[in-house]
Amino acid sequence: MTPPIATFLTDTNFRSVLYIVSFSLFIYGLSGLTGPKTAVRGNRIAAVGMGVAIVATLLMPHLHNLGLIVLGVVLGTIVGVPAARRVKMTQMPQMVALFNGVGGGAVALIAWVEFRKSGGFADVPTYVAIFSVFAAIIGSVSFWGSNIAFAKLQELLPGKPISIGPAQQPVNFLLLAAAAACGVAIVAGSHGEGLFLGLLVAAAILGNFVVLPIGGADMPVVISLLNAFTGLSAAATGIALNNPALIVAGMIVGASGTLLTQQMAHAMNRSITSVVAGGFGGAVEAPVGAAGTDGTVRSTSAADVAIQMAYARQVVVVPGYGMAVSQAQHAVREMSKLLEAKGVAVKYAIHPVAGRMPGHMNVLLAEADVPYDQLKEMDDINGEFSRTDVSLVIGANDVTNPDARNKPDSPIYGMPILNVDESSSVIVLKRSMSSGYAGIDNPLFTNPKTSMLFGDAKGSVADITEELKAL
Amino acid sequence: MLLQNLSILVLAGFIGYAVISKIPNTLHTPLMSGTNAIHGIVVLGGIILLGMGVGGTLNKVLLVIAVTFGTINVVGGFLVTDRMLEMFKAKPKDEIEAGGE
Repeated sequence: MTPPIATFLTDTNFRSVLYIVSFSLFIYGLSGLTGPKTAVRGNRIAAVGMGVAIVATLLMPHLHNLGLIVLGVVLGTIVGVPAARRVKMTQMPQMVALFNGVGGGAVALIAWVEFRKSGGFADVPTYVAIFSVFAAIIGSVSFWGSNIAFAKLQELLPGKPISIGPAQQPVNFLLLAAAAACGVAIVAGSHGEGLFLGLLVAAAILGNFVVLPIGGADMPVVISLLNAFTGLSAAATGIALNNPALIVAGMIVGASGTLLTQQMAHAMNRSITSVVAGGFGGAVEAPVGAAGTDGTVRSTSAADVAIQMAYARQVVVVPGYGMAVSQAQHAVREMSKLLEAKGVAVKYAIHPVAGRMPGHMNVLLAEADVPYDQLKEMDDINGEFSRTDVSLVIGANDVTNPDARNKPDSPIYGMPILNVDESSSVIVLKRSMSSGYAGIDNPLFTNPKTSMLFGDAKGSVADITEELKAL
Repeated sequence: MLLQNLSILVLAGFIGYAVISKIPNTLHTPLMSGTNAIHGIVVLGGIILLGMGVGGTLNKVLLVIAVTFGTINVVGGFLVTDRMLEMFKAKPKDEIEAGGE
């Protein structure tokens, strides 16, 4: 006889209650992320929710294969913990891409096993087949797409768009149609495993082909989109397995990814379809070239920059991907502290798509202990540039390009930008005169108010700091 | 059962959208790594199928990989988010001076 307590614990209703507790904790925890003070606690509450969900699942009656479950959990922990501990803040976009990928991969594998164990969905309701097929396609696209995004961000692959030319869109469409056709055949009652493998392979190639042509600057949109995909595929798995915790958690992630995708696309004034249809490359490559740089560029020295900033009332720092690449965030903070000691007000202007993922710059500056209230979002800071003496642009380019406001035939026309050219003077730290990821000229650099300090961002900031100390 | 689950799906979508839209841009990177951890919930799918006693070596191998992937998401996601969010917490002044790396 099973003891009564065991019967109670494995009771379906009790486990359902645990699932409800679990997803309530997810939602409550996420609402803590609305402010930096409650965020740490919120994240931990969500983690507790996850623990509750896993316990509820392990309480299923007549649990088999416990050894294999433990094996999977142990392996995952061995890989996950050091990765999370060691990753540098500059590498967060890669890390998130990779995490999106493994989530999608898990979903696709689960759908595949579901297919195999039910004899090709022979003994399950049709809706289970439909949602499993959906999960398999989206999960597989997300897995492969995320791996490509990871490889690009980690610079294992070139960041520039890689595409097979004008045939790319029709080919992608055919791949999607092929995956969908396999799916429809399976749902309609075909049990051949070849069909399911065909679906997985078509979706895999599609995932590769969709992300390969997307350029570096579009990465924030892509990562958000893949995040949404993984969430939605998890929610579909939840319906197929009739598990409310999976449905709610998956759907919340799906909603989050969708919202971020919309915000990122909006911040670049591009539709999601135009991003997925291929990066800034191709269409806009032609007008770029030496012809555009008709003005003269004035270069300056670290000593001049230091003097200019030391006697300013307000300095606004505009960080971009270049700051992340050269890991200059700590040096920037060091410099700001010196300026503040001299009575200069220092603020940071963060464009929503600066860097390679949503919020990338904020994390780097937070790592360098920049106070949260000095980080200004675009709408809050744009009104302040006219009252700013010096704008210091560190490795940012396209998000400061006045062409987005003034030149209707520019490829980035209409994109909301940081109006640094309204400040009294602009200093741009840049490695060389090469154009930004979008490959577009930036008239800010030839503006008479602008002076350029060439060199690695970290080195330049360190030089300025030394000069400030000497003042 | 399907209709019940679909209602949960739709409601969760709206709640998720409402909650997430209140999160400021500054915290979007921790939000993404946090949602990485939450979609690690797919680990439940692997546990359920294994726990139901699925047979066949290939099935078991695939599921162990799925559970591993899911666990990477859960453990790695929550840990890295925690690390990041600690940085956003306001710190006392002298601690900032001491702990600048």
